[in-house]
Amino acid sequence: MKVTDKDVAYVADLANLELTEEERPRMLRDLNAILGYVDRLDELDTKGVAPMAQVSDRFGVDPSKTGSARFAYARRDDVPEGLRKSFTSQTALSGAPESDGTFFEVPKVIEK
Amino acid sequence: MHLTTLTIAAARSAVQNGSTSASAWAEAHYARIASEDTKIGAYLMLSKERALAQASRMDAAAAKGEPLPPLGGVPVAIKDVMVTRGLRTTAGSKILENYIPPYDCTAVARLEAAGAVILGKLNCDEFAMGSSNENSAYWPVHNPRDLERVPGGSSGGSAAAVAAGMAVATLGSDTGGSIRQPASFCGVLGLKPTYGRVSRYGLIAFASSLDHIGPLARTVKDVALVLRTIAGRDPMDSTSADVPVLDYVEELERDVRGLRIGVPKECFGEGLDAEVRTSVEATIQKLAGKGCEVVPVSLPHSAYAIPAYYIVATAEASANLARFDGVRYGFRSPEARTLSDLYRKTRDGGFGAEVKRRIMLGTYALSAGYYDAYYLKAQRVRTLLTRDYEEAFQKVDALVTPASPTAAFKLGEKSGDPLAMYLADIYTVTANLAGIPGVSVPGAPTKAGLPIGVQILGKHFDEATILRLAQACE
Repeated sequence: MKVTDKDVAYVADLANLELTEEERPRMLRDLNAILGYVDRLDELDTKGVAPMAQVSDRFGVDPSKTGSARFAYARRDDVPEGLRKSFTSQTALSGAPESDGTFFEVPKVIEK
Repeated sequence: MHLTTLTIAAARSAVQNGSTSASAWAEAHYARIASEDTKIGAYLMLSKERALAQASRMDAAAAKGEPLPPLGGVPVAIKDVMVTRGLRTTAGSKILENYIPPYDCTAVARLEAAGAVILGKLNCDEFAMGSSNENSAYWPVHNPRDLERVPGGSSGGSAAAVAAGMAVATLGSDTGGSIRQPASFCGVLGLKPTYGRVSRYGLIAFASSLDHIGPLARTVKDVALVLRTIAGRDPMDSTSADVPVLDYVEELERDVRGLRIGVPKECFGEGLDAEVRTSVEATIQKLAGKGCEVVPVSLPHSAYAIPAYYIVATAEASANLARFDGVRYGFRSPEARTLSDLYRKTRDGGFGAEVKRRIMLGTYALSAGYYDAYYLKAQRVRTLLTRDYEEAFQKVDALVTPASPTAAFKLGEKSGDPLAMYLADIYTVTANLAGIPGVSVPGAPTKAGLPIGVQILGKHFDEATILRLAQACE
C-alpha cells in the first residue's frame, strides 16, 4: 500500500473535498490499485527526455526563436474592449446561487 | 425516408427543393425521440423553441428560393459538455444542474451559422469522465443495438442518438477516446480531429491539453461536412491552429490507391477480443484490396500509454475542476456555515464518485513530493509516445488499429472496477497525448450482431487522408 488513510485525508483537503466515512476506504483502495498500475512507468528510463505539456509545443513553435517569439502562434493583439464586450454584471450574476445584485454572496469569512 | 439512414445532403436538399420542410424534419425527429428515447436515454434536454425558430428561418429562406447554407435545416444535437446560451448545460453533473450559460460554444455557433437545427443536449459521463456513460449523474444511456449494453463513453448520448435516428449528426468531445469508442460500440462514425483543428472555446474543460471536439454521424461524408463547418482558427481559443481548412468533402473523391497503412503489432496483442481482431484484419484486407500498401510497424511504448494518460488527464482535471466552488454558478450546498465549508460541502454533494476519484488522483500526482515521480514522469513518457507516432509516420500515411479491445459490454459489467474501465481506452488515449487525428469506422460486426469499430489514425492536420481511408472501408 503506497497511499495511506492519512494521505487520503491530506489530498482531500488540498482538493477541497471532505469525503464521507464510507467514501474514504473505497478511495484508498482505488487510488492504491490505480497507482500500482501507474508504477510501471518506472520501467522506462526517461533521463534526458523533455517533458511534454502541450501538443502545440511540438508543432506550433518556431524552434529557431527564443522567448515569446518562439510561441508567436499563440499571440493575439490587445484590443481595448477585449475580444468581446464583457458581460454585464447582471449577466455575470445570473447563475449565482446567491447575490445582492452587485456581488456574489458567500458566508462571512471573518467573524467579529 | 427513414430517419436512421437520413444524410445531411438528403435532409438539406429536401428542404431546399420544398419536398419537406426543416420544421417537419425537426418534428419528425422529436416524434422519434418521444418514442425511442424512453428506452435509450440519449437526450438530457430538448431545445424545441430554439430548434423550431432556426427551422422556420431555413424554411423561409427555401421558400424565397435562396440557397441554403451547407447544413441548412439539418437536425443535429450537442453533447452536454458544450455550453449553449440560454440552454441549460450540465456536463452530466449535479453540480451544474441549473446552469444556464451566457454564451455559445464556438463549434455550436458555427453549426448554427451553417443552418443546422439544434434539437437538444445529449447525455454523457459526468464531465466526460468515463467509458460507458454510466457516470452520468442523471441516467445511463442504453446502446440502441442492444439495450442491455452500454453505448460507450463518454459521448454515449452522441453516438446513441445518431445510431437510433434521433439526430442526423452530433457533436461529441474526446479526451481519451470519448468520441471514437462510443462510435465503435454503437456502429457509427466518430472523428477526433487534430488538437487545435477545432476550437475548444465553450467546451467545459476536463483536461485542456487532451480535450477535443469532433463529429459523429452515419456516413464519412457527413463527418467531413461537419468537420469542414466547425474547423479553423478561433481567436477565443489560443490553442486553435491557424492551419488552412481543407474541403474535406472534396478530398473524399481522391483514390486511396498507393497509400501506405501501418499496422502496429502492439495493438493486436494480449487483451484483444478474437472477433474484434478478425473484423479489423478483414478491414485491413479490404484496404489492401483497394490498392493500399500494408506495412507492419511498431509503437514500442504502447504499454505505458494508459498510466501516462491517467496521470496527465487527472492532474489537469484536478486544476480545471477547482472552479466548481458553489460561488458563481451551479449547485451550492445549503448546509455550509463558513466559506471553506461551502467549497467542501458543495463539491462533496455536487460531484459523483468517478469525478472525485480523478480529482483525488490528479491532486495526489501534483502534490509536493509526488510531482516529479508521477506528473513529470508521465509528461516525459508523453514525449516518448509521441515520438513513436512520429517514427511510424515516417514510413506510413496512416495507422489502422482496433478502436476498442471488445465490442460493447453490459451495463454494470465494469462499473465497480475503475482500472478495468480505464483499460477500455487502451487503443485511443495515445492519439490524445500526441494530438493526432483518429476516426472510428464500423467494421464487420460480431456473430451476435454487435458493432465493431476500426480506428484509423493520421498525421497532424491530415484528417483528409484518414477520412478517405474511412470511406474506402464503408
